[in-house]
Amino acid sequence: MSAHPSVALDKPASAAHADKQQAALSKTMRNQRIQDFIFHKVTLLFAASVLIALVGIIISLAIGAAPAFAEFGPAFISTVEWDPVDDKFGALIAIWGTLATSLIALAVAFPISFGIALFLTEICPVWLRRPMGTAVELLAGVPSIIYGMWGLFVFAPLFADHVQPLLKSTLGQLPVIGQLFQGPTMGIGILTAGLILAVMIIPFISSVMRDVFEIVPTVLKESAYGLGCTKWEVVRKVVLPYTRNGVVGGVMLGLGRALGETMAVTFVIGNAHELSWSLFSAGNSISSTLANEFAEAASPLHVSSLFALALILFAITFVVLSAAKLMLAGMSRKEGTK
Amino acid sequence: MNTTNPVYRKRLLAHRVGIALSVLAMAIGLAMLAWILWTLLANGFGALSTTMFSGDTPAPGSEGGGLRNAIVGSLMMVGLSTLVSTPIGILAGIYLAEYGETNRFGQITRFVTDIMLSAPSIVIGLFVYALYVANVKHFSGYAGTIALSLIAIPVVVRTTDNMLRLVPNSLLEAAFALGAPRWKVAMLVRLRAVKAGVITGVLLALARISGETAPLLFTALNNQFFSTDMNAPMANLPVVIYQFAMSPYDDWRSLAWGGALLVTFTVLFLNILSRTVFTQKTPR
Amino acid sequence: MTLAMATPTAAPSAKTKTIEIAGLNFFYGKTQSLKNVSLDIHDKQVTAFIGPSGCGKSTLLRTLNRMYDLYPGQRAEGQINYRGRNILEPGVDVNALRAKIGMVFQKPTPFPMSIYDNIAFGVRLYENLSKGEMDERVEWALKKAALWEEAKDKLNKSGLSLSGGQQQRLCIARGVAVKPDVLLLDEPTSALDPISTAKIEELISELKQDYTITIVTHNMQQAARCSDYTAYMYLGELVEFGETDQLFMNPARKETQDYITGRFG
Repeated sequence: MSAHPSVALDKPASAAHADKQQAALSKTMRNQRIQDFIFHKVTLLFAASVLIALVGIIISLAIGAAPAFAEFGPAFISTVEWDPVDDKFGALIAIWGTLATSLIALAVAFPISFGIALFLTEICPVWLRRPMGTAVELLAGVPSIIYGMWGLFVFAPLFADHVQPLLKSTLGQLPVIGQLFQGPTMGIGILTAGLILAVMIIPFISSVMRDVFEIVPTVLKESAYGLGCTKWEVVRKVVLPYTRNGVVGGVMLGLGRALGETMAVTFVIGNAHELSWSLFSAGNSISSTLANEFAEAASPLHVSSLFALALILFAITFVVLSAAKLMLAGMSRKEGTK
Repeated sequence: MNTTNPVYRKRLLAHRVGIALSVLAMAIGLAMLAWILWTLLANGFGALSTTMFSGDTPAPGSEGGGLRNAIVGSLMMVGLSTLVSTPIGILAGIYLAEYGETNRFGQITRFVTDIMLSAPSIVIGLFVYALYVANVKHFSGYAGTIALSLIAIPVVVRTTDNMLRLVPNSLLEAAFALGAPRWKVAMLVRLRAVKAGVITGVLLALARISGETAPLLFTALNNQFFSTDMNAPMANLPVVIYQFAMSPYDDWRSLAWGGALLVTFTVLFLNILSRTVFTQKTPR
Repeated sequence: MTLAMATPTAAPSAKTKTIEIAGLNFFYGKTQSLKNVSLDIHDKQVTAFIGPSGCGKSTLLRTLNRMYDLYPGQRAEGQINYRGRNILEPGVDVNALRAKIGMVFQKPTPFPMSIYDNIAFGVRLYENLSKGEMDERVEWALKKAALWEEAKDKLNKSGLSLSGGQQQRLCIARGVAVKPDVLLLDEPTSALDPISTAKIEELISELKQDYTITIVTHNMQQAARCSDYTAYMYLGELVEFGETDQLFMNPARKETQDYITGRFG
């Protein structure tokens, strides 16, 4: 701030004094304008950095993937073969692994997340809400690699010994879906990876659901209670329809997270380049392929194929997350925040 | 209440089942958390000792050793990354709240930030590899720091933006009414009003990057020896844990669990800290 | 629309007009909320704007320090001459204007800093005082706002630690500390209890010795108690403007009479 002769309290200023004051005031004003200008530009620059990063990612992935797509064409996406020795690559195994594990995760996580969100918003006594809510959020805080270790060393053996034989002997015997539950019960594999992912995305989905459940106007719920509805009915008939967009948004958010998860999946998916109908089989996801092979990829085509996988993953995730945002934006409008 | 009415009885049953399932779901969630934490304690507690903090990562098959280089490496990279991403994130968040509420650029940036928040972290690692590591032709702690920053910045931007937008207009108008220039209103009044919330955002970003492995795989790589040279491959806990856990050596496995215990409880502590100590009273 | 503007009958040394509003129109987007308003704010007098909810009195007040500038889509047309210069012209430095025309809001808005810093904040914008001079100024401002006795031992505590009435007096002290020319008060007591309200009304009658004051109030009795001039507004138009005593005891227009006697509003 420029120096400005201090204003004497309760005494009128002389003319010369007033002129000096005026000059100093103008100088302050000019400084302020410059400061505001700089401030605007600096904050703008930093805000743009996020955009620049995104564009940079897309460009660098595309450049890295170009040779692979040039070599294999769009058929890359549907080719099963992944053979580093012969330099022939196709993305189908990895894409299948990514999608299958993520969809299993969603199928398992959705009802549990819904139950948790319902519990926290409608059933839980108020004084318990904060600690319980925090506990669920802590699940989101546990690093991915820890889930991987827990999955591989604790969960998988138990799964192999107790659950998988059970599934095989029950669901495995049914005509169509039985195919999904065949093969050696190793404990690791696509199904296991999906289940670990489910635990990881539960806190994300339930957190979004909680937020949208709390937006439902109390008067709406009270009207239903007033008619004699049970709590369960109020949830099914008032809360869910009202928050439908938000629930879908939350689910898509969970899906987006599951698609990109690396370490947890890498530990338990088995790292096998085979495609099989059985969920018990080992496989690979895009992220686990990247984690396992990038460091040692020798041939340029191998590296480029890995970049191509990364580009595909990024594209899928981008679409899913965008859809999630659009759904949730619909909810904000209802809340009146937009 | 006429509980003999069959229609009502059916509804009541559906209600009870639904509520029970909901409680069950909560129990499952809590059980998972407890199970994981218990696993960490059971397997990792034994590895906790002074040598874990004083010794460096041992060679394959050799006895003893610790995680000192990995701990130091992680501290350095996470620390530097936080130092870099905090001002960038806060200033970007300020832009969005002050100038970017209605303009197109602001909306797009907000959208992109949210995407980056949930983007696969391994892809970010790959990006830094392609952009930086491949060009300088060596792995480094700096590369790891860049990757971590790209993950932390969206978190800080999002929290800062959300918090700043909670500040009521009347407070801002009061500052403008004194003739304050815009930057002072933004920094000295608006930001100050939500200081606790912004710190929470920084802590959450810190917790997040402390546990990230994938982005470090192709950037900082790992280093068997103790080194504080950020311009060379840098040891770090997550990658060391990954390497050691997947190995056949008992010593390595044991150290991996110890490291896992350390990382997890640090991250959880940061999470709890941000939710309890730094609770933001919504500015009235 | 007609407006009755009573000229002061007993005129001691010419009461100067600090602000002259002429033909002011105001728009929120496409909606016009002020229609051809013209009135004068007299120097070192208290002018009150009264009227039912939605009549535009707050809108009118907020044009005087161009507070509406913060919000795109709001615009003013016409003339507001502050000491001869039309402040609605594009070249006017709004920050400088606001340093001379201060505002206190309906909700007490202490900044998230200590009581001392709250007051120093505005002063530091335009003056470079030493610690001793600033201490003096803070004390002076708090005394002017009748808050010194209660606050002098906790200058370092947060402004938010004060009670509602005290917070509002802090805001007044803050506004006064920068030695403005005019003080705009937007329903300053509507969020306060009766005792705090009384204290602030007392304050207003003291402050007017040094400052020109314009107050918006939905409480007619407050206008009658505190102000020298009153403007009655309805649906964006100035219905009547004149000396308070005149307006309340012998209003020139029936609409004014109806409002004052409580027929509606």
